Amino acid sequence: MPRSLWPWTAVLVVLAVMAAVPSLFTGIDPDAADLNALLHPPSAGHWLGTDQNGRDLYARIVYGARPSLLIGTGAVLLALAAGVVIGVAAAQLGRVADQVLSRSLDVVLSVPGLLLVFLVVAVLGPGSGTAAVGLAVVSMPGFARVARSEVIRLRSAQYVEAAHGFGWSRAQVVARHVLPNAAGPVLALATVSLGAMIVASSSLSFVGLGPRPPTAEWGAMLSDSREFLALAWWPAVFPGVAITVAVLAVTFVGQHLNRRVEGRLS
Amino acid sequence: MAGVLKTSPAGAAARNGRRSGQGRETLVRLVLVRLAASAGVLWGAVTVTFVLLQVMPGSTADVLLARSSVGPEVRAGIIAEYGLDDPLPVQYLTYLGRIVRGELGESYVLRRPVWDEIAAQFPGTLLLVATTLLATVVASVVLGVVSANRRAWVRSLFASAESLVVALPPFWLGLLLLTVFSFTLHWFPAIGSSSPAGLVLPTAALAAGPAAVVAGVLREGLLRAMDEPFVVTARARGIGEAALRLRHVLRHALLPVTTLLGWIAGSLIGGAVIIEIVFSRQGIGRLALSAVTNKDMPMVIAVVLVTAVAFVLVTIAVDILTWVIDPRTRDAGR
Repeated sequence: MPRSLWPWTAVLVVLAVMAAVPSLFTGIDPDAADLNALLHPPSAGHWLGTDQNGRDLYARIVYGARPSLLIGTGAVLLALAAGVVIGVAAAQLGRVADQVLSRSLDVVLSVPGLLLVFLVVAVLGPGSGTAAVGLAVVSMPGFARVARSEVIRLRSAQYVEAAHGFGWSRAQVVARHVLPNAAGPVLALATVSLGAMIVASSSLSFVGLGPRPPTAEWGAMLSDSREFLALAWWPAVFPGVAITVAVLAVTFVGQHLNRRVEGRLS
Repeated sequence: MAGVLKTSPAGAAARNGRRSGQGRETLVRLVLVRLAASAGVLWGAVTVTFVLLQVMPGSTADVLLARSSVGPEVRAGIIAEYGLDDPLPVQYLTYLGRIVRGELGESYVLRRPVWDEIAAQFPGTLLLVATTLLATVVASVVLGVVSANRRAWVRSLFASAESLVVALPPFWLGLLLLTVFSFTLHWFPAIGSSSPAGLVLPTAALAAGPAAVVAGVLREGLLRAMDEPFVVTARARGIGEAALRLRHVLRHALLPVTTLLGWIAGSLIGGAVIIEIVFSRQGIGRLALSAVTNKDMPMVIAVVLVTAVAFVLVTIAVDILTWVIDPRTRDAGR
């Protein structure tokens, strides 16, 4: 790994620990409202200031890491799992199945992403889980297409044909030979999608379709800050910095992993 | 596209006789094939919305009504209109027929025909998308041309800035612009969609991401095109550096950008929804959001289908544009 990536890797590790054990980073209760300290600017007592309810912004950003990062990560994992299943099915189950599945993916892709999420949320009702499912539906076709084309590419690989020649069943060949070799490009897409999914999930929370209040979530915190923009800049700035730093770290490390995968393939 | 590949005899004829005007035939075919494929896709989308209405908890009439309280005669009207007492296949055909005729129904939450509301809100969104598209093109061409520099540190400086801008959530950029330019400097109004000044900040927030992406692609293309032999030829004719870049190199570098246009259109439609909410602008975004929070299904479905149609039309337009700009794509694979 190049030296320039070390800081970003460190950021990723810190964010992961923050999401897992937030109490390591602050002793302050993120939901404790101090009515004597409404919208106080950053100070020694409140490093990043307080919000409109007198809650400590630093503590809320620390505790917000888990919901803010988990929805996007969950969406990518769901999309990955569903996409691989559909992509392998399209590649393996014959021409008719391929046509039906591929045209269905076209249907999903015909609706602009965010409005498709809106449709899912309208059906399932708002919340963290539905936000993740909605985002997964939107990004699933990408994974399915990559998985499908990888499986088709590998179908004519010599070791796959050899395994068929040994009398292995189709499922065995897919599990033992095709999937491990198709994993690289699919995982590369996952790392690239993660940053976009974190932005998208914070956007959903921002418009009120994410976790319910008073959950500390970065997008929801920014949404709260809107009404007090004329009075206080800090609630509108620091949660956004958290999102941007997280997305940058995920993107840079992901791009590096991608290049390594590409290097191995070529 | 398999359907296009089948036209290879005609394609070969067009290849041989394009200069005599036969190339037009393939464009017509391209449009027809795309339209047919799009119609199939939209039929699929309509079918999905029908299935969703069926599987949602409660009777379909209740789902369509959301939580609005209406008299029994309105309820009976819905059941008659949608044929909800008919068997499922008949219901489906009724539903399909209504959508094809453009009858998107009524929002029982807003107590208005869905079309009226969409027609009232669409121009605002369209205006924002149009100004954003314009700003994206201008900003990315300027940035791309300026940053296509032989010095590596200049290029990496621009590349880093682009990575940063792409990572910024657009709604946060909007908030920052509001904080600085509306609430601190008082240059632009914080809310309101009527005045042109109110359009500046939403456009900037929405255009920043796509502009950064396109500028990066454009720079790559410019640098590659600068190595082409025709650059040496043009220089030998004594052309100025600016004229060389704008008249010759830029044209080549724009080709990969056209393939990005479809992606940009999609992200703008989605992005405009969020930006409208940040800036409290009238538009499809606020309409869609309030429909979702109220579970106003007729409105949600209408917005989804209308934006899908718009998106599909833009994709076809991009295909045509690529066909016109780059003659090479007319032969291989199409």
